Amino acid sequence: MAEKVLMKGNEAVAEAAIQAGCRLFFGYPITPQTEVSAYMAKRMPKIGGTFLQAESEVAAINMVYGAAGAGARVMTSSSSPGISLKQEGISYIVGSDLPCVIINIVRGGPGLGGIQPAQSDYFQAVKGGGHGDYHLIVLAPSSIQELVDMTQEAFDIADQYRMPVMIMGDGMLGQMMEPVEFGAKEGRKLPEKTWAANGTEGKRPRNIINSLYIEASDLEELVLERYERYKEVEKNEVKVEEYMVEDADYVIAAYGTIARVAKTAILALREEGIKVGLIRPITLWPFPTESFKKAAETAKGFLTVEMSMGQMVEDVRLAVDGKKPVEFFGRTGGIVPTPDEICDAIRKMKEGK
Amino acid sequence: MLYYSNMKRLNIITGHFGSGKTEFALNLALAQKGQTTIVDMDTVNPYYRTADAKEILESNGIRVILPRFANTNVDLPALPSEIISVFTNHETTGIFDVGGDEDGALALGRYNPYFMKEPYEMYFVINARRPLTRTKEGIIEILREVEAASRLSVTKLVNATNLGPETTAEIVLEGQSIVEEVSRMTGIPVGYTAIKKGLEISVANPIMPLELYIKSPF
Repeated sequence: MAEKVLMKGNEAVAEAAIQAGCRLFFGYPITPQTEVSAYMAKRMPKIGGTFLQAESEVAAINMVYGAAGAGARVMTSSSSPGISLKQEGISYIVGSDLPCVIINIVRGGPGLGGIQPAQSDYFQAVKGGGHGDYHLIVLAPSSIQELVDMTQEAFDIADQYRMPVMIMGDGMLGQMMEPVEFGAKEGRKLPEKTWAANGTEGKRPRNIINSLYIEASDLEELVLERYERYKEVEKNEVKVEEYMVEDADYVIAAYGTIARVAKTAILALREEGIKVGLIRPITLWPFPTESFKKAAETAKGFLTVEMSMGQMVEDVRLAVDGKKPVEFFGRTGGIVPTPDEICDAIRKMKEGK
Repeated sequence: MLYYSNMKRLNIITGHFGSGKTEFALNLALAQKGQTTIVDMDTVNPYYRTADAKEILESNGIRVILPRFANTNVDLPALPSEIISVFTNHETTGIFDVGGDEDGALALGRYNPYFMKEPYEMYFVINARRPLTRTKEGIIEILREVEAASRLSVTKLVNATNLGPETTAEIVLEGQSIVEEVSRMTGIPVGYTAIKKGLEISVANPIMPLELYIKSPF
């Protein structure tokens, strides 16, 4: 293992992508993720890669579309308003079954919103965002080390299923610094990219990258095939952390950095004698439904905590399926919930308020 | 405290982002006895900055000058005109916390005529556990970029090598030998070794024990 270094989330995600073999980065700067571009701009020319600051987010995602179509490992990064701009391109990439990695370091919205951290892009990431029937695989790390490890794996997951993978972190994850190490990891065994439009050399029929289908029946068949693949993803790729859930009367559902705020609250509440646990979805899609189903057998109630007006809470309710009450506590617009606020919300649930 | 007594009136704190520059600036400001002004000149980082420690600084009688929109949603790091008062009021000690890299240091250029009129101290804070400042060559490259952008010269090096909560005395000492090497190569003396309170090390230059003020919400 290499020695640990202290890195900002945004730098770490860029370095992790490089170490995963990404040599093409197309982006457009936006706070609070600009350091991703800055790092790529410094490093890519030194390692034979290409960093290109596009004229807009729309251009950047279409460059990703092209590079992915040629079979390259490619990444783009932005923050909320920029990710909205990329949605058309993301839908086209999905419609062409291409792998790529997209980073969203989320800030407050809607509109230009603000530059402080938020989680209010959950619906956009998990429920669509672009048009059409589709899913992205959405990863939600809660520490810089996890961000590094997941970025490296994200490229493999994308290649394995020919799907875009989105890594969602809030602004805090992008800006904070933590010690990390970059280890040489055993990559997945991946199929050859026989579909890539990278030159036939006169030896094979042309590969065509396309998302337009003339016959409705052809399009339906393709979408159905894609959803068969999604079943595989749901079977193989769910990641979740369960923390002190076994004996918990109340289970907090939180992802990303807020799960860490929740852990501080859980330890304080346990000091008071209130048994609280945490289910932290690490993959937001596929969602760890089973963990919630299981906890619904033993817990008295759930509290979803988010930096939004309540988005993931809908998936928690679907998973708990009415068996137990699912409450919500959130702050929005760039405000981070405190451990004290979470403790108060749990105490209220206990008192039945 | 003895080792603060020979300080200059104007103190500029530079270093790559993540070097520990802001914590060093805060501790230096809070160690002062007389009238003190801290200027947050960071035009690079949107969060985790001097502005976060405004309350504790002001309750200790330190005047805090922040960019007009620090810690708001206005992504426009404009520097306030009050900064000039630090140069005109000769009673106050000035501590300038400068942004992360050569782009951050560029903001100093505007005050160059004032720094030319009065001897200043310019610290360059080094964390040898940051990816771009792991080696003496990397450190000197960034030091020279900061000097070129600010049109000022670094006068003291600060070893603030750390791995956040995982910092050990060995990690600080490993950074110390790199910083001492930089000192030999550049002729710039090591002003301080800045370490979080509780760590015990022994080095030839003064040690600044750091109280950490910028905290995460968990």
